[in-house]
Amino acid sequence: MTASIPDPARQATADGGFRGHDIVFEAKNVTKRYDMGEVTVDALRGVNLSLRASEFIVLLGPSGSGKSTLLNILGGLDVPTSGAVTYRGRDLSGADDATRTAYRRNHVGFVFQFYNLIPSLTARENVALVTEIVRDPMPPQEALRIVGLGDRMNHFPAQLSGGEQQRVAIARAISKRPEVLLCDEPTGALDISTGVVVLEAIERINQELGTATAVITHNAAVASIADRVVQLSDGLIVADRGNPVKTAARDLTW
Amino acid sequence: MQALNRKLFRDLWRIKGQALAISMVIAVGVLMLIAYLSNFNSLQSTRDSYYERQRFGHVFATLKRAPLALGSRISAIPGVAQAETRVVFDVALDVDGLAEPATGRLVSIPEHKREIVNDVVLVHGRYIEPGRPDEVIVSQGFVEANRLGPGDTVGAILNGRRRDLEIVGVGLSPEYVYTIRQGEMIPDNSRFGVFWMGRRALAAAFDMEGGFNDVSLLLRPGAQVERVIQELDELIRPYGGWGAIPRDLQLSHWSVQNELNGIRVAGVIIPMVFLAVAAFLLHVVLHRIVAVQREQIATLKALGYPRLSIARHYTYWALAISLTGTLIGTVCGGLLGRGMLSMYNEFFRFPVLEYRLDPTVVAGAVVVGIFAAVFGAHTSVRRAVRLQPAEAMRPEPPAKYSASLVERLGLQRLLSQPARIILRNIERQPLRSAITIGGIALSLAVLIVGMFAVDSLDLMMDMQFRVAQRQDLQLTFTEPISPDGIYSLQRLPGVMMAEPVLSVPVRLRSGQRSRQLAITGLPESPQLFRVVDAETLSPADLSHDGVVLAERLAHVLDVRPGDSLTAEVLIGSRPVRELAIASTVRQHMGLAAYMNIDAVRRLLHQDRTLSGGYLTVDSQALPDMFRAIKETPAIAGSGLKAAALKSFQETFAANLGIMIFFNVLFASIIAFGVVYNAARVSLAERSRELASLRVMGFMRQEISAILLGELGILALLALPLGLLLGYGLTSQLVKAMETELYAFPLSAVPSTYAICALTILGATLVSGLLVRRKLDHLDLLEVLKAKE
Repeated sequence: MTASIPDPARQATADGGFRGHDIVFEAKNVTKRYDMGEVTVDALRGVNLSLRASEFIVLLGPSGSGKSTLLNILGGLDVPTSGAVTYRGRDLSGADDATRTAYRRNHVGFVFQFYNLIPSLTARENVALVTEIVRDPMPPQEALRIVGLGDRMNHFPAQLSGGEQQRVAIARAISKRPEVLLCDEPTGALDISTGVVVLEAIERINQELGTATAVITHNAAVASIADRVVQLSDGLIVADRGNPVKTAARDLTW
Repeated sequence: MQALNRKLFRDLWRIKGQALAISMVIAVGVLMLIAYLSNFNSLQSTRDSYYERQRFGHVFATLKRAPLALGSRISAIPGVAQAETRVVFDVALDVDGLAEPATGRLVSIPEHKREIVNDVVLVHGRYIEPGRPDEVIVSQGFVEANRLGPGDTVGAILNGRRRDLEIVGVGLSPEYVYTIRQGEMIPDNSRFGVFWMGRRALAAAFDMEGGFNDVSLLLRPGAQVERVIQELDELIRPYGGWGAIPRDLQLSHWSVQNELNGIRVAGVIIPMVFLAVAAFLLHVVLHRIVAVQREQIATLKALGYPRLSIARHYTYWALAISLTGTLIGTVCGGLLGRGMLSMYNEFFRFPVLEYRLDPTVVAGAVVVGIFAAVFGAHTSVRRAVRLQPAEAMRPEPPAKYSASLVERLGLQRLLSQPARIILRNIERQPLRSAITIGGIALSLAVLIVGMFAVDSLDLMMDMQFRVAQRQDLQLTFTEPISPDGIYSLQRLPGVMMAEPVLSVPVRLRSGQRSRQLAITGLPESPQLFRVVDAETLSPADLSHDGVVLAERLAHVLDVRPGDSLTAEVLIGSRPVRELAIASTVRQHMGLAAYMNIDAVRRLLHQDRTLSGGYLTVDSQALPDMFRAIKETPAIAGSGLKAAALKSFQETFAANLGIMIFFNVLFASIIAFGVVYNAARVSLAERSRELASLRVMGFMRQEISAILLGELGILALLALPLGLLLGYGLTSQLVKAMETELYAFPLSAVPSTYAICALTILGATLVSGLLVRRKLDHLDLLEVLKAKE
């Protein structure tokens, strides 16, 4: 825990608040090559991307396009083969496991397609799992209220629907007040109406807490709720455009 | 089928660590089964053919002196095939290079070799020649221990006259497979030997021409031993017969038989523990495999594989693991069995003790191995067979959890989230937690059972040599002498204290039950040879006329304090008296009866009433003492406590180290197998959960703590259970191995129990750390991508 990365963002905010303009992530010429026995797979082939504080971006692309690889590298789960990744000016691409663990612990909130809840813990305890190990968390109850689960806190995962489980995962991710929220296909396993509820929760967090958010999806309709849409194909960014007319999540249809 | 088998091999290869850990537990069980039972077979078949070949007797009797003519009347008893009359005397020996006096048992053999009962096997050298009265054949153990051989001579006091006996041959006899003196615990080959001597020469030396004082009978098949004994007793009674005994009570045979029984009991009980643990481990692993392969099973069924193929496939899993273990166990068991047998060669003297691994023993081991596999696999196989394909295609719903007992008790606030994960996991799978606890507990129990023998022997030795017997030396006269003899004992060199003893052969009878033994007459409060209760350590009261019985003897005769029994004295005027039973004492060995020495004298109506003495001797004066004993013809034998202790330690110390090594190894294999499998199964089931925690920023040591903490708690819960189980299993084993004349004390030495518990914790820790290495290499991305 002593290996944690200093937090210039918070200092900056305290100093006079030009948050919203400064860059959280910056990826330069990032490549990722997987050696899988006799074949090598180039998952990323030179990606440049930056994410600003409070920004909501959607990463679009077919499966195998490199979205998840990029997200994992940004989140400190993986390291690039070449290129540089910085978080608030700090280099992540060469960080060791302990440094990256501390980084994830203190700065990043993850949400996955399959929720990844601990089945033996209740909703509140799943959130508390995180709040117990970080500095300055929000109370688990509050995180669950934000995602609309204030009344189901004492249910075990097996007693919750898929959408509810995913919202617990979101509450768990945001309870540490992360700088960034990284969501990998958060609605991939859900039907439309539950998917919308989950996206609403993510949207609300982005707006109310100002958490920089990156959402991976292969569903183009989801893109309309983002500030910016980044499209990947075959390991490269093929489009990176702003979205001037944001749709509210509740108005989404697909 | 081809493809399914290939799947089996690859799947097994993927879990090779776990499979091997279970195979090893089975291997150890099979190894013990094979080692013990092959030794049982080898010893038994060697013994039986030896007995047969050398015509080992069925009935044995000693008497004072009977005319040779009685021999033909004995031969005429119905059922008797051959009656061998002999002259047998114990004499003091003077062996070059041996300071302490040794005892020789002189046994007569015909001058001209013919087939006799208890025939001697000539190992090397030659048979005695007629007309050479000093030639003897000597038992192999004595010759080897004293580095003697044909051509050497041994001094012996025959009826008061010193003779130099010339060794011409080295021999063995079925009568002395276990060459031990009555009343001693373990053979002392350097100080006790059997000397086979020409009948004429031996009889002449002891004024026994035309007579005999020992008879052995070979019976016809189907003869009634009890009836023969009865008739023999009637014939020899007028000649000072001590009462005949059947082969079952003959000292050497009885010792061999006891060992055989012990081997068989241990060879069944201990392997069963290992195989039971292995079956449970197979259950856990297969349960997991079937759960993981739900979708594969569904696919196989969808493809049209019949239920039988599925059942066979998962049964093969268990069989492959089990038979690998059985194979390893059989090979190692054969090797260990051979080593064990060579250890027995030090105790039991057979002309050839050949190791024999009977095919039926191997077949038995295989059957037991298959049974363990099928037993371990059956519920999982049934689950696989009953799986509905359509349902199984979908992944299993998330596991159901609830608040743990500790939390429901209101202690929730004390627990961190990881602690809750641990507790709820333990509670959610009570059967698996129970198997882990039970397995670790059994490994501890096995270790305790193994170590028990060490402590038990220690305790026995302590009881025998430090608490009960405080003398340095025990002397026995050739015949009872007058009570004044105690003064001559006191005058021997270096004697600090001398206590008289009067030992009288009797037959004790209560109703139909009877036993033949010696009543030991002791002073009112003996200081040297004490009659002490093994548990309370309090000395028995000998101030009265009643008899004090060893508890086991009271049990054999079905009497208790306050009852009375009939004592038929087997020497002198052979009086018959009623004796009151004053009390009983717990003793580890022997069927003993004690009385006040004056009461024994009154019982005998005799004045020659001292059969020997217990002495403490100044150690400086021991050499003078030994010289004096060798020069005193009236002293037939002597027992030196230090020598007995030394011989005991030499015999057992080497074997003890080996025994402890194997015990620790085998128990650790169980502990390792149990913990490693439990940890691997948990890891496999929960790698996703643990990876999620890592993604959230939990450190490696933090997630290790969750997985290993669970095992640690189970191990700690297992320890007290294991200690109890160990104690229980030991007491069962003690009961199973207890004989009429012998019982291991059930010792529970706290330090031994503590060492055993630490050993098992150590094995647990090692397997936990091995799994931790896997945990450190958890592939976060891979785990998150895949849905199980």
